Amino acid sequence: MSAANSLAALAKPRWWEAALWLLLLALPWLWPTHALLISEITIIALFAMSLDLILGYSGIVSLGHAAFFGMGAYTAALFAKHLHPDPLWGLLVALLVTAMLGAVCSLGVLRGSDLTRIMITLGVALILQELANKLDWLTGGADGLQGVIMGPVLGRFEFDLYGQTAAWYALVVCGLVFVLLRRLVHSPFGYSLQAIRDNRLRAQAIGIPVHARLVAVYTLSAALAGLAGGLQAQTTGFASLDVFGFDRSADVLLMLVIGGTGWLWGGLIGAVVFKTLHSVISAWTPQYWTFWLGLFLVLLMLVGRERLLRPWTWGRTS
Amino acid sequence: MLTLLFDGVAYGMLLFILAIGLAVTLGLMNFINLAHGAFAMAGGYTTVLLMQHAGLPFLVCVPLAFVVTALLGALMEATLYRRMYNKPHLDQVLFSIGLTFMAVASVDYFVGSTQQLIQLPEFLKGRTEWLDGALGMGHYRLAIIGVCAVLAVVLQLLLVRTRFGAQLRASVDNQRVAAGMGIHVNKIFLSTFAVGSGLAGLGGALGAEVLGLDPIFPLKYMIYFLIVVAVGGTSTLTGPLLAALLLGIADVAGKYYVPKLGAFIVYALMMAILLWRPQGLFARDSR
Repeated sequence: MSAANSLAALAKPRWWEAALWLLLLALPWLWPTHALLISEITIIALFAMSLDLILGYSGIVSLGHAAFFGMGAYTAALFAKHLHPDPLWGLLVALLVTAMLGAVCSLGVLRGSDLTRIMITLGVALILQELANKLDWLTGGADGLQGVIMGPVLGRFEFDLYGQTAAWYALVVCGLVFVLLRRLVHSPFGYSLQAIRDNRLRAQAIGIPVHARLVAVYTLSAALAGLAGGLQAQTTGFASLDVFGFDRSADVLLMLVIGGTGWLWGGLIGAVVFKTLHSVISAWTPQYWTFWLGLFLVLLMLVGRERLLRPWTWGRTS
Repeated sequence: MLTLLFDGVAYGMLLFILAIGLAVTLGLMNFINLAHGAFAMAGGYTTVLLMQHAGLPFLVCVPLAFVVTALLGALMEATLYRRMYNKPHLDQVLFSIGLTFMAVASVDYFVGSTQQLIQLPEFLKGRTEWLDGALGMGHYRLAIIGVCAVLAVVLQLLLVRTRFGAQLRASVDNQRVAAGMGIHVNKIFLSTFAVGSGLAGLGGALGAEVLGLDPIFPLKYMIYFLIVVAVGGTSTLTGPLLAALLLGIADVAGKYYVPKLGAFIVYALMMAILLWRPQGLFARDSR
């Protein structure tokens, strides 16, 4: 079997993946009372998938991925408010704007150590948050951007109060991105990213254009995060400063780690588990739930995150 | 103008003491410790609680804050941090974020989320003006500069002149060779981590009046400590010191002259420096 054939065989969707996506798409209809929750989880799952692209597949530790999420959210909200209420156009604009931002920022993550990268990514998110806070004539400042009214999706499906349309809209976008990414990570491009992650020097030595690949994947990841942000702003009709928050960047990292990095389903599973954990713990102790979240993180890291999904290894010592 | 410079220097000196422990942890263990601010907060709260409940004077509480956080640091190093040294940076980051979240929530639970105030002794409260008021110096800030400068000199001497300092530098440069030469790298790690945490606690105690003290302190100042380390590099003491002074002056001056931009200037400055020199301003070219 040639290399191209074996790659193509891996890229082929499995039957259970298709079945699972059909089930997911049916969820807002099966469970209409929780449509809002479904769209929320779908959006953060998309956000987590976008982070996985740079963290899990390319090995770039980012503490400020919320920068792109927030940029997408504000772009989509502003576009709908001032230019055109059509959601799809809004998403496209959010995608393009965050892709440009990502391309610029990618220059900062090419060089230096992990610490430098963490600082740069964190810095971008902080700067954007500060800007959104200070440019209050445009963004509404600390009060958030209100009064965003969305038109119907594709000119036909109005956003309803129970969030069913929103849930389907988010699920379809997320599903399309999933299919695209599934194809991408099993392409030669995807494998070259993993080679860069595992050993940058060696990847360079066998002729992979490391910088160009990293710029490309960072831009793509930023664009997808922007897409998630745009979806969030459109389905909630609101954008506020917390879209840029450090908490959001940290949460999405945690989700990815729970679900498993370097695996597309990881973002989805992580988002579901995280949201469930969140709602259970914060129902029990609303003010101090971050303590339990922190404890969970510490224990998880001490045990080793790669073992979370392999319970049969818990008893062994590392 | 001069007053601003003075305040900036005081602020920078404080940041230096707060962040130097982080620089050492990073340089020595290659460990990205985002929970460093939690040790500073521990020092601050030790002082506040001792003053409020035990009625001890401020000058007694500050050294106690150093001792308590140093012990806490040693305990944490031996039980938790040591296991994380060989893990990837992502794990270290998540681990220390977890610790920070726990610290924030615990303080919120036990002490409450309100801003804590420190009652300074009378002789530190005044203010001296020189040059017809062009240079106004708060006595407390003057004391901070004095204490921090002495500490910086002591640390430098400790690092350059003593046997311990030589062992520490050897371990930072090359851990394996140092261990091979018979240096107990683990003990060096433990004591350095303890001293670094203690200094953070001391900084937190001294800085409670200037920086404010509430449960989200570790998250609020995390970025500042990281800036000092990322810009200053980890191979010398002077690097973080200069970076801290630069940051302090830029922050104070920026907030005074262009309050509309807030912390924007500091972040932009940091990004520019890191894009220009990704290893930090004062780092040696290669390790």
